[in-house]
Amino acid sequence: MPVLELKNISKHFGAIHAVNDVSLSLEPGEVVGLMGDNGAGKSTIVKMIAGNYPPTAGSIHIDGQPVSMAHPVDARRNGIEIVYQDLALCNNLTAGANVFLGREVRKGFGPFSILDYGRMYKRAGELFADLKSETRPRDLIRQMSGGQRQAVAIARTMLSNAKVVLMDEPTAAISVRQVAEVLNHIKHLRDQGVAIVLISHRMPDVFSIGDRVIVLRRGRKVADKRIKDSSPEEVTGLITGAIEQV
Amino acid sequence: MAVTLEQTISKQESTWAQRLVRSQTFWVVVAIIVACAFLAWRSNAFLTPANLFNITRNFTFVAIIALGMTFVIITGGIDLSVGSVLCLASMTLAVTMHAGYSLEVGIVVGLLTGVAVGAFNGVLIAFMGFPPFVVTLGMLSIARSLAMVVSNNTVVFQFGPDHQRLLALGGGSTFGIANPVFYMLVLALATGFVLRWTRFGRHVFAIGGNEHAATLTGIPVRGIKVAVYIISGVSAAIAGIVQTGWLGSVTTNIGSGMELQVIAAAVIGGASLVGGAGTAIGALVGSALLEIIRNSLGLLGINAFWQGTFIGGAIIIAVAFERVQQLRSKD
Repeated sequence: MPVLELKNISKHFGAIHAVNDVSLSLEPGEVVGLMGDNGAGKSTIVKMIAGNYPPTAGSIHIDGQPVSMAHPVDARRNGIEIVYQDLALCNNLTAGANVFLGREVRKGFGPFSILDYGRMYKRAGELFADLKSETRPRDLIRQMSGGQRQAVAIARTMLSNAKVVLMDEPTAAISVRQVAEVLNHIKHLRDQGVAIVLISHRMPDVFSIGDRVIVLRRGRKVADKRIKDSSPEEVTGLITGAIEQV
Repeated sequence: MAVTLEQTISKQESTWAQRLVRSQTFWVVVAIIVACAFLAWRSNAFLTPANLFNITRNFTFVAIIALGMTFVIITGGIDLSVGSVLCLASMTLAVTMHAGYSLEVGIVVGLLTGVAVGAFNGVLIAFMGFPPFVVTLGMLSIARSLAMVVSNNTVVFQFGPDHQRLLALGGGSTFGIANPVFYMLVLALATGFVLRWTRFGRHVFAIGGNEHAATLTGIPVRGIKVAVYIISGVSAAIAGIVQTGWLGSVTTNIGSGMELQVIAAAVIGGASLVGGAGTAIGALVGSALLEIIRNSLGLLGINAFWQGTFIGGAIIIAVAFERVQQLRSKD
């Protein structure tokens, strides 16, 4: 059964049809590349899945159940986590503090409870170990490389045992050397059974770790193929419109 | 590979001694110790009990407000209204007690004044998106004007039936140490605790570090911003109440210009005006350094006109220190 399913979803902003009648589904442990030119509707779809705004038409299903999400908190409650392009990290806090941001672990009870630093740092260290990332929970984000920051943002999604993780351009802002590191993090996340939507402009990323590629053009889905049945040339053609539809 | 991933992850980056030397607060403490040693050598009056009593009491008023201001500054905001709020809260306390109410009622009225002003500032800043600088600059004017309205611009020096209790509260001493010092220490401990050990404190730092990220992770950013301005207003009210007890009278010009001393104290103590950094102990040592500079100029017979130059110099050195740290951490 698909963990996430969009059925005939549309989003109109007045006369502008940002997304038109798009259906897609994700299985657990699957990495799907969502590709398309600027304005193709990628971020509109992501924002609907993330609960930023409701679709004009169509429905979103999680584990087969229809859900309505009015707020990003609703998405999180339904097991959907988002890794934003700017990563949404606080430079002045430690890696561990960022992993637990908004979900701090406390000890004691009621008004007498205090932050449980020991447990948070221990758990954060375990998550970094799962990701095979050399990231120390007590170091400040300010001192970290782009790859380590990405690991922190990904570790945050693992905290809640998310079912679906949306990643917005995870390799856009980091050096070429660190891209491999981040792609490895994504593989480790997938190996834990998480379904991943990878929004990316970078063809090599999608073709090295994706299972499937979905291409959008002008708000419509023009392709939904297994990676091994497609090629970068074909996807480029689909994005630009040189190939109409497959 | 001799070192496992787990060992790397659990390794501590720096020792406590290294962190101490990197902290601005530590160097301010060193500066205070050096200044005190120098003054003790050059002036016979410095180490007298009377002078030490005065120094410790004098800086508490700035320090108490600097503790509240530290919350605001950590979130990346600023509160310019604290000097006027100190005056307004002192005046509402004075007028209430002058009218025959007890000390307790007066204190509650004074504190509620701080809460109300802080809430007003906070709501405009957090919910209406006004810049903190402008809102609190407006409040600087409004609160002092209201203090004049409440008192009809008179000096209040009779505080009704609890007159003596109020004077003892702010002007008395315990074990040879001025009472305000104890209030300051209690508030500093509370501030330090909240910043380090509570979820609220963590969220205050998160907002200053990256407000957008804080919002995305579900932190109630607006509520916390209102809360920090209320804390700042209340700290100004507390300082006002205690100072009223010490001075024994309230005029409508007390606390004028104090906002700059408070901000200076917080910044010297390591709070960053761009947000994301600040400590309770920093607010105390920053205030202490300012008072020692002031005191030393008097004792050394240096013209008081130089005071502003020395205090301004201390602020700029503190910011230069922060800048050097930033440049170093970029490498």
